[in-house]
Amino acid sequence: MNLALSEEQEILKEAARNFLEEKCPKSFVKQMEQDEKGYSPELWEEMANLGWTGLAFPEKYGGSGMTFLDLCVLLEEMGRACLPAPFSSTVVLGALPILNAGREEQREQYLPMIASGKAIFSLALMEPELEYEPKAIAVEATPDGDAYVINGCKLFVPYANVADYLLCVARTSKREEGITIFTVDAKSPGVKYTVLKTMAYDKLCEVLFDHIRVPKEAILGQLDQGWPEVQKIVERGDIAKCCELVGNFQWTLEDTTAYAKERKQFDRPIGSFQAIQHYCADMATYVEGARLSAYQAAWMISESLPCAKEIAVAKSWINEVSPLIFNLAHQIHGAMGLTMEHDLHFYTTRAKPVEFSYGGDNYYQEAIAKEMGLA
Amino acid sequence: MEFTFTEEQTRFRKEIRDFLEEEIKQGLWKPSCDAWIQGYNPEFTKRVAQKHWIGLTWPKEYGGQGRSFVDRFILAEEMLRYGAPAACHWFADRQIGGSILKYGSEEQKREFLPKIIRGEMYVGLGMSETEAGSDLASLRTMAVEDGNDYIINGQKTWTSGAWFMNHIYLLARTDTTVPKHRGISEFIIPINLPGISRIPMIDVTGTEAWNDIFFDNVRVPKKYMIGEKNRGFYHVMEQLAYERSGFVRLMGNYALFDALIKFVNETKRNGKTLSQDTVIRHKLVQLQVEFEVGRLLMYKVALVMDEGQAPTVGAAMSKAYATAFEQRLANTAMEILGPYGLLWAGSKYAPFGGMAAHSYLGSKGYSLQAGTTEIMKNIVATRGLGLPTS
Repeated sequence: MNLALSEEQEILKEAARNFLEEKCPKSFVKQMEQDEKGYSPELWEEMANLGWTGLAFPEKYGGSGMTFLDLCVLLEEMGRACLPAPFSSTVVLGALPILNAGREEQREQYLPMIASGKAIFSLALMEPELEYEPKAIAVEATPDGDAYVINGCKLFVPYANVADYLLCVARTSKREEGITIFTVDAKSPGVKYTVLKTMAYDKLCEVLFDHIRVPKEAILGQLDQGWPEVQKIVERGDIAKCCELVGNFQWTLEDTTAYAKERKQFDRPIGSFQAIQHYCADMATYVEGARLSAYQAAWMISESLPCAKEIAVAKSWINEVSPLIFNLAHQIHGAMGLTMEHDLHFYTTRAKPVEFSYGGDNYYQEAIAKEMGLA
Repeated sequence: MEFTFTEEQTRFRKEIRDFLEEEIKQGLWKPSCDAWIQGYNPEFTKRVAQKHWIGLTWPKEYGGQGRSFVDRFILAEEMLRYGAPAACHWFADRQIGGSILKYGSEEQKREFLPKIIRGEMYVGLGMSETEAGSDLASLRTMAVEDGNDYIINGQKTWTSGAWFMNHIYLLARTDTTVPKHRGISEFIIPINLPGISRIPMIDVTGTEAWNDIFFDNVRVPKKYMIGEKNRGFYHVMEQLAYERSGFVRLMGNYALFDALIKFVNETKRNGKTLSQDTVIRHKLVQLQVEFEVGRLLMYKVALVMDEGQAPTVGAAMSKAYATAFEQRLANTAMEILGPYGLLWAGSKYAPFGGMAAHSYLGSKGYSLQAGTTEIMKNIVATRGLGLPTS
């Protein structure tokens, strides 16, 4: 048992932190909130040049051959910086499924594009019903000769506004589980998106597929058997988000304790009061649990070990403590923490959507119930 | 990073489980809550000693096994999972042996460690006093030099299991002229010395959980002082990190968790098992999540100890966390059992031997002993996060 990062991972982490501190100050985060694209193509290119977008794929696809765990280390720093970019949607929701389930020609077609920063991907999974089960997928792909025609509405699709390609999860059979994943050219006419205004300015979109014709070569994985792959995407995506959130939490804890040391009332730092100290100790415990459980799952995914329980534990824990952490952080900061002048709000708002990505609570609850032997 | 155990550790865990399951199968004892602190069973301790499972981390030259703290935590985790009656050796194994190793003289190591390892030396803790609880440095029990001895006078309280302990670890004041933290020394003494008496204290579960121990002109040879005179407070702060760390804090009532899961799987109300009740299911899953996170916090502490450091902050954090978990677990059991949960052992209606009632009340002590939750959080805040004390 060893819970420390490797030397190589420490180097990656430090390089990422330095880079993002320089390139992604809060003024940039704020600027991107009002930006139509919601990210900077110049910065995206720089990140691709650093090898970040291809970090976790084999070198033959233009990647760096590093692991999912390494990617999570990077994501933690992105979370710490509140980096506004379609990074996890492209890499975790787009590239890794192609690597995992794609045919060789699909890998060769798309992965080098992603590694070089030339393509942005996203996942069109959720629908207005929001139920996380195959039977709830209503977007339909109907066979038409050698092609399929996709129709329907997807919701909360991250960065669809700038995506070049979407992985679209669609119904191809009346059987409940008859789900197929398609790669869809997001720029084709008939794919219409609307950016939804959210508290995190994270470019979640409504996407309408209006008679989108895709060749059967666009199927990712097996026809009618896409749901198990969707589950893998969701689980990986959730753990990636959890690690991102660990970075967010860590910043919040550090910032809050720093404030408690510096802010004086009654002629002493408020951090010397036991009530405030205990709030901080609780926050530290929540964050420690988040870090350990998230990295445990990330490591197991990285090592291809079975880890349904560990994923569910991390996600459930983080969903439970995230609001508690921010209640305490804001309580300690006082009203100042609720203003736009203070940076805390960036973290509060970026943390919230993670609770809803991507699998629902019930899904994970059942994974744990099964592991603990509940009938 | 490697969130897993070595093959050898996995085999070790299996060996422990096989041993404990065989013991239960033979009817030698029954799993129970709090057996690590209340389970008096010298024969069991002897059998554990024969497996060489006491003093697992201590150097081989003193009869230990020189193994890692992760190994020791695996052992503790399994002992607790099965609710094994390990109280006789638990304290000496967990904290006293380590303290002797670090601060004791060569002679003391040679005298005490093999006795603990053989499962013959049971050490109770004489730290708290009626006026010295969280503020331990205010203790008043005196040890006055007299030739080759110290004469001890005073009173200790909250000593667990003193009726079966044969030694006592004692903190006493050896200098009244210096600031209070700097005038305290440590002793380990036989509990049957003339002048030592005790009064049992019955806790709210009806158990003889604690004792007041009285010292009336007790003559103690100087050789029983551990470590440097007047440095005892600093030594004990480190010892307490060992006392606070580990699986007892998370799994003291694991036997109840286990029984509860079986109960909800087997009990039907309104035509379905309780496990199918959405609210009950959710509560148990939530406990399991909290348990799993607690387990990670525990093993992280073991790793700190394996690096040779006292796990001051990690132990404080995990103790505050885990004792709160035990209380939630006990309360959830009560909620699920309803009025059946109120029944003591002995009632024909009491589910699993009255464990729920016992644990619901008994678990309230664990956020107090070995450092209150308030002190634990103070340590996390000041030592861990660097918050100022004034």
